Amino acid sequence: MKVPVRFSVNGDDRDLYIGAHKTLMEVLRDDLELTGTKEGCGNGNCGACTINLDGKAVNACLILGVEADGHEVQTIEGVSEDGTLHPLQQAFIEESALQCGFCTPGFIMSAKVFLEQNPSPSEQEIRTAIAGNLCRCTGYDKIVRAIQAAAKLA
Amino acid sequence: MQPFDYAAPPTLEEALQILSQASGLVRPIAGGTDLIAQIKERRIAPSLVLNVKEIAEANVLDYDPGQGLRIGAAVSCSDVASYAPVAAHYPSLAQACLLVGSTQIQNRGSVGGNVCNAAPSADTVPPLLTYDAVAVIAGPGGSRRVPLEDFFQGPGKTALQPQELLIEVLLPPPLPNSNSRYLRFIPREEMDIAVAGVGSMVAVDPQTNTCTRARIALASVAPTPIRAKEAERRLEGSPLTEEAIREAGELAASACSPISDIRGSAAYRKELVKVLTRRTLSQSLPR
Ligand SMILES: Cc1cc2nc3c(=O)[nH]c(=O)nc-3n(C[C@H](O)[C@H](O)[C@H](O)COP(=O)(O)OP(=O)(O)OC[C@H]3O[C@@H](n4cnc5c(N)ncnc54)[C@H](O)[C@@H]3O)c2cc1C
Ligand code: FES
Ligand code: FES
Repeated sequence: MKVPVRFSVNGDDRDLYIGAHKTLMEVLRDDLELTGTKEGCGNGNCGACTINLDGKAVNACLILGVEADGHEVQTIEGVSEDGTLHPLQQAFIEESALQCGFCTPGFIMSAKVFLEQNPSPSEQEIRTAIAGNLCRCTGYDKIVRAIQAAAKLA
Repeated sequence: MQPFDYAAPPTLEEALQILSQASGLVRPIAGGTDLIAQIKERRIAPSLVLNVKEIAEANVLDYDPGQGLRIGAAVSCSDVASYAPVAAHYPSLAQACLLVGSTQIQNRGSVGGNVCNAAPSADTVPPLLTYDAVAVIAGPGGSRRVPLEDFFQGPGKTALQPQELLIEVLLPPPLPNSNSRYLRFIPREEMDIAVAGVGSMVAVDPQTNTCTRARIALASVAPTPIRAKEAERRLEGSPLTEEAIREAGELAASACSPISDIRGSAAYRKELVKVLTRRTLSQSLPR
């Protein structure tokens, strides 16, 4: 079954005609060619697919594309403004908070909402906020430092 | 995923109509954090996925001191946890909601989905049981109320009939001078399934200092979440002394029938129930 949907992606309204069984991640990556959102586990455990839906961090691998109908989606591609990196993106570079980079978009989409709600968090609060994001490379300390640095930049 | 049809009816009537007219397997979807994972793993193959999030009744979240708390079936764990009356009047429920998976999972996963999925390990269920929650179910013949205690029939099995939907979960107003706590044991700090979980709720008469009502409910130690009624009876009518709490822990441990699996042996789970019962009781003495 194909279903017509309309939702906003990074501020632009998109009209699509998609299979009801396609995940939002598949729709973003395959139909909209927004490949910044990554598929790690596909089952909610790794957070590589984290996007913002109506301003909340969610796993795009566990949402149907059709469920986004009428809603607002933001992906990593929509985070910088006019070529200026978001403070989190800048801080991840400065703190070397990535190696392979596969987990980075997910961490930034989690941390972004978190900092909007809690602009000066403790280290423990940061660690709890990113518990749904896994990184196989960095050991997390640099990611935590980058989020702390971004909190100061903002 | 294998293909399926999809509907997002805007009213309860239309949703019930779709359910009663469907020929194949229809699965409601709230947050989808259980359902989509199960479809991907091919544990379930619905011919139609029915989104319940557009139904107004499923989005109600309301507290009234005389009526208690209403949690619409699609309300997310994040919204329940951050609703001020929940933290104030049903603290263990807020605690449990914040243990479900990650922030991402809590933002999408609902309390109603946690209940309908009927995992023995469902974290929000022990708190709901300790508050004598009632499931409001709508079906072709109208709506009916089922005490949550009678709702669970086995792992993944509930009192819901194929043509029925959970509409909301009702919690009566909390008793005066009551408090509650939910704790689970997992080998790490976040993102794991409870080896054992215990929710306790106690109310105390401030004049006599005796316990007027005790509720203890256990997760992950039986085919369904269960109440530890003998432990509750040991406390009701007594002062909540260290000895009474210790004995309640022993009774709760004997109430459960855990399995041994990769997460822990049956004996270990019983020991956890004993310790977590004591801890949750000591931490739920009214403030
Ligand atoms: C990574 C990860 C971590 C998790 N961690 C935890 C955890 O720590 N603790 C825990 O308890 N759970 C955990 N879960 C499981 C899950 O997130 C919860 O059970 C969640 O509350 C389910 O809610 P949902 O709205 O997503 O349910 P859905 O997936 O939408 O639905 C669950 C089931 O209920 C049925 N259903 C949904 N709504 C209705 C309705 N209104 N009427 C009738 N049937 C309905 C669906 O058909 C499905 O069978 C985790 C899941 C993942 C993926
Ligand atoms: S790909 Fe979605 S959580 Fe891993
Ligand atoms: S940088 Fe490689 S997984 Fe995180």
